Amino acid sequence: MTTDLQTQPPPGNRLRAHDLKLQYGERVVAENLSIDIPDHSLTMIVGPNACGKSTLLRSLARLLAPNHGSVVLDGQDISRYPSKEVARRLGLLPQTSIAPDGITVADLVARGRFPHQKFLRQWSTDDDVAVTAALERTNTADLASRFVDELSGGQRQRVWLAMALAQETPLLLLDEPTTYLDIAHQVEVLDLCAELQESGERTVVVVLHELNLAARYATHLIAMRAGQVVAQGAPKEIVTPELIESVYHLRCSIIDDPETGTPLVVPAARRSAPRVRES
Amino acid sequence: MSTAVLSPPTTVNSVRRRLVLGLAVAAAILVVLMAASLALGAEHVPFGQVWRALTVGGTDADVIVRDVRLPRTLLGVLVGSALAVAGALMQALSRNPLAEPGLLGVNAGASLGVVIAMAYFGIGALSGYIWFALIGASIATVAVYALGSAGAAGASPARLALAGAAITAALTGAISAIVLLSSTVFNGFRAWSVGTLSGRTAPVVIQVAPFIVIGVVLGLFLVSSLNALALGEDAAKGLGANVARTRLLGVVATTLLCGAATAAAGPISFVGLVVPHMVRTFTGPDHRWLLPYCLLAGPILMVAADLAGRLIARPGELPTALVTAVVGAPVFVYLIRRRRMAGL
Ligand SMILES: Nc1ncnc2c1ncn2[C@@H]1O[C@H](COP(=O)(O)OP(=O)(O)OP(=O)(O)O)[C@@H](O)[C@H]1O
Ligand SMILES: [Mg+2]
Repeated sequence: MTTDLQTQPPPGNRLRAHDLKLQYGERVVAENLSIDIPDHSLTMIVGPNACGKSTLLRSLARLLAPNHGSVVLDGQDISRYPSKEVARRLGLLPQTSIAPDGITVADLVARGRFPHQKFLRQWSTDDDVAVTAALERTNTADLASRFVDELSGGQRQRVWLAMALAQETPLLLLDEPTTYLDIAHQVEVLDLCAELQESGERTVVVVLHELNLAARYATHLIAMRAGQVVAQGAPKEIVTPELIESVYHLRCSIIDDPETGTPLVVPAARRSAPRVRES
Repeated sequence: MSTAVLSPPTTVNSVRRRLVLGLAVAAAILVVLMAASLALGAEHVPFGQVWRALTVGGTDADVIVRDVRLPRTLLGVLVGSALAVAGALMQALSRNPLAEPGLLGVNAGASLGVVIAMAYFGIGALSGYIWFALIGASIATVAVYALGSAGAAGASPARLALAGAAITAALTGAISAIVLLSSTVFNGFRAWSVGTLSGRTAPVVIQVAPFIVIGVVLGLFLVSSLNALALGEDAAKGLGANVARTRLLGVVATTLLCGAATAAAGPISFVGLVVPHMVRTFTGPDHRWLLPYCLLAGPILMVAADLAGRLIARPGELPTALVTAVVGAPVFVYLIRRRRMAGL
């Protein structure tokens, strides 16, 4: 299922960030942060709460201007594009989103078409096709006429994902798209991400807390701690007990995933000391 | 334009057809009300004669229709659409379902402008107020936004609402202080501040029309961006909406609309609050439908309220604002109870 061909990102990727300094007011979240998203990869970003994953994603999507450094999209500083042009190339699913009361699923997903619409041409058949495809891919077609505020948390999450898909961008950034989802739907969403990536249509970046799923699905894994990239590369090469300990302060052993052979993190038991310290 | 895109195209079309039909029905209702507003009042004029009065004229009744009721009716249309569209814009921009021209300090600013015109510039004619009202509305708006977005946290719906309340309180205090100093100003202000279309003549209509037309066009220009903004600032920026520009143009539009409407008719409550909510129960939260509907529903409420005020107390009159409040308040309570208040 996973391919780990892209340990070394080739030069000139579509989305790169160089020497970023990110801050909210006086609070500096990250400094000297450089990152390169390999084209056509499924890149997963992992790291503890508050280490700056969402902040990084927001700066990559131009929601947060870096105080230093730059984000480069297709060879040009992202701040120099017209805003709709960025939105046609790069889509973001924020960690939390608000749906207006009384909006239907179909209507919400259709709002993902905003960057493709012109003032005098509010709707086209392309829009119809994109919305229908997004609803089907996320298994939400049967919810189309329901109200978003009357859905379960997991259904809602999939509807937001559908909106991001309807935007039809070659680059897709998803901030924890599997929160609220049961294990089956988590796998379903990640399968969808893998499909999008494997079909060569898109480069997908996902922030994920579920380490084992990240290690299984990622073609490129980035581990962050306190605003810094600690390690990046193919999951098999970088996931070690030392890395997990340094990122999460958690002792663990690593075994092979029986399904895929990718690394599986098994946290140390609380009572008995871990017997295996090396993978 | 489309509110819902469901996989079977028939559903899309039926939703769209329903909304287009609704617009046509609303337009028809408005035309009938306008005709009634020309014909009925202290002295009824047969409908057949209304047309003759407008085109030929001559009799005393014709003069009433053309010089009194026609400007009054047209002003009702202008003020109603201005307040309803401004209310919808404010609710979208502040993401606050209770937003209306009174909330963000705009009406208080316009009122202070009018009071200053009366007290310090000796302006008694309605047509002299408009610039003062617009300037007062703009200053209040700028003050509310400056106060609401001061500090590191930036503007938020709650901070804007609080700033609006604070500025309104301060301006109301200033208005009282000025008004109480002079009995002529007091009387003039009292007559204006009841909120009515009564006694408004053609020059007033001609003077406020451009501001309201520009405000409405600006508002209609923003509808898709408002749809994006309704998903939250991050999502809107992610979709490529220009959030800062949308906010700025939206504020300019609401200031023009509220300033002009308030200058012409005095402060009129509930239209800006109730109409968008009533409309939303039919159109849903898509601004591409919401604003055109407000453009018709606002005048319907305004003209109907003015007409009712004329008919109920014949041969006297009830102020329009009183009728809109009496009609608006129960409708609003009903809407809140019927459904969790339809939000943005
Ligand atoms: N809008 C904001 N204003 C001020 N500080 C913020 C803001 N958003 C985030 N922060 C701070 O920035 C730091 C990084 O936050 P961020 O949301 O990027 O973390 P994260 O890695 O996404 O965490 P999580 O896994 O919990 O989502 C945190 O200390 C947080 O408190
Ligand atoms: Mg986060």
